[in-house]
Amino acid sequence: MENWNENKSTFWIFALPGTFWLVVFFMIPLAIIWALSFGEQVSLTKTEVTGTLEHYIRALGDPVYLKIIWKSIWMSALATFFCLLIAYPIAFLISFVRGRLKMILLAAVILPFWINLLIRTYALIAVFRSRGFVNFGLEWVYKTLAMDRLFGPFQPLELLYNNGAVILGLIYVFMPFMVLPLYASIERLDKSYLEASLDLGASQFKTFWRVSVPLTMPGIVSGIILVFIPMLGSFLIPDLLGGTNAQMIGNVIERQFKAANNYPFGAALSFLLMYATFAALALRAWHASRSKGNDV
Amino acid sequence: MSTPIISIREVTKSFGRLKAVDNVSLDVMTNEFFALLGPSGCGKTTLLRMIAGFSNPTSGQILIDGQDMVSITPDKRPVNMVFQSYAVFPHMNVMRNVGYGLEVTGVAKPDIKKRAEQALERVGLSDFTSRMPDQLSGGQRQRVALARALVKEPKVLLLDEPLSALDAKLREQMQMELAGLQADVGVTFVIVTHDQDEALSMADRIAVMRDGSVDQIASPGELYEYPKNRFVADFIGKVNLIEGEVTGQKGDKISITTEMLGKVAIPFGGDDRGEFNGNVCLAIRPEKINISKSGVSKNHPAGKDYIESEGKIVDWAYYGDCSHMIVASKNNQRFGVVIQNSRRDSVDALDIGDDVNLSWLAQDTLVLND
Repeated sequence: MENWNENKSTFWIFALPGTFWLVVFFMIPLAIIWALSFGEQVSLTKTEVTGTLEHYIRALGDPVYLKIIWKSIWMSALATFFCLLIAYPIAFLISFVRGRLKMILLAAVILPFWINLLIRTYALIAVFRSRGFVNFGLEWVYKTLAMDRLFGPFQPLELLYNNGAVILGLIYVFMPFMVLPLYASIERLDKSYLEASLDLGASQFKTFWRVSVPLTMPGIVSGIILVFIPMLGSFLIPDLLGGTNAQMIGNVIERQFKAANNYPFGAALSFLLMYATFAALALRAWHASRSKGNDV
Repeated sequence: MSTPIISIREVTKSFGRLKAVDNVSLDVMTNEFFALLGPSGCGKTTLLRMIAGFSNPTSGQILIDGQDMVSITPDKRPVNMVFQSYAVFPHMNVMRNVGYGLEVTGVAKPDIKKRAEQALERVGLSDFTSRMPDQLSGGQRQRVALARALVKEPKVLLLDEPLSALDAKLREQMQMELAGLQADVGVTFVIVTHDQDEALSMADRIAVMRDGSVDQIASPGELYEYPKNRFVADFIGKVNLIEGEVTGQKGDKISITTEMLGKVAIPFGGDDRGEFNGNVCLAIRPEKINISKSGVSKNHPAGKDYIESEGKIVDWAYYGDCSHMIVASKNNQRFGVVIQNSRRDSVDALDIGDDVNLSWLAQDTLVLND
């Protein structure tokens, strides 16, 4: 199909299922939620769209909500940063090994997708709870070193139900989404750029920062977007690993729609989060176009 | 010209059971334009990459300027490389590409600018300093790669198939320019190529490689006129091969019997070309053969031995400046003959189907052992 303009029917046959899906299951529900955010609860089961801004005013006016949005942002940012830090070497390694080993390593990255998120998160609980595997291990070391005679009995570490546990859970769950785009862009990277850099006298370290990183930036950016945005809205992981101590905005929104039965306020919070995401993306696009303009 | 800048000593590189480079020893002299020539998979690129330091020999030694390179990483070697893909950094403009090698080794900023500008001027890209690589043609990108390597003032410049991605016209032009540049900057060039024209037109000396080993190292003229074996004769230029058997040796002449030519006596240069006996192969270059219509008198100059044969023209390819003909002999051996179209009516003299006489100087015939 050289030119879809000349073959409109073919174009539409290909485009229709996707368009239908996007409109019916994404655009329309999103529009409904958006409209609801300007609505008012008139009875227990009924909400009317009245064009009121009270929910936005409430969300922006009450520091509790801004604080939890801000906290969600920095927790997600931190988790994204660690994801990137861990995923880059993994992706580099996978793109440099050949043959069977490459397939095995890729499969190892993808494997967690085959296991339900809920089960993976519960598995983390089993690892980190007071009587979990980490504390068992620590206790064993503690006793082997005979430290219980010096400092008294082993006190299990409280690893769960705090911000750290949530960040760790986010890193664990979203890691593959960071590895895969990074791997794709490193795999595409012509290795002779790296050799040329070494050949011209740059050390491995300089080659990494001056050549590998800038040339795999598209992968880094899509990895960050792919990981950061769903982290920001996640509610299952903070709910299970964070308990009441480490709530994120996702938990608040979920509660509005369920326990609090306040659809308009939940919708307004959702859209605030979305506006923030859009603003971040727009900022990035603006920055990218500006720095490109400077280079030429 | 007399001291070796690169010494390769009994270098072998194995990938598993395959020996990509097999016990190669050679010297590249200072300020020489040296070519590694061979078909793909002959190990020439592997050898070049070992000189650059991207891989290490399985055994053997590589010395650059007298120094063993075994533990020296690519960034510390006094050589620079022009990659086949050029590997011009796409995220830097021309100036920053050329300056990169100086910048990362801590050369002062004003120096970088001055030296990069000089290098760009040398390759004729002074007006392109702020262009990005995707705004350059293939030929210009190659010049950037050249300038980027030369600005480092390497002892040896390594070029990996530098012209393979260019179109024919540009390739010819770059061949001349590269040779000129080499003479101009006085840096040793080592080029890897599978293109014999490239090697012949540019190099001072050529190493012909096959299956990981070097078959012959010689100047272009010697390689073409005195190839050491059948492979070299066949790989460099076109050649007609006639199987034969040595039947005797008299003085400086060697007698060989072939099915096509009967018994012929070939002047035997002797010296280092070794003994000949048993089955050998006669080789004659297509352009050294005189061709004339049967019945036309040949008037060869006196005092020279000529070898003669007959045949029929069966195919003809016209190239403008010359024409290639395929002549079938009586025993149906195919024979390539090249004639220069030195006159406008040259093409009219012969035609497909004509019976022709072939003749060439006995002394132009090569005797090859294997």
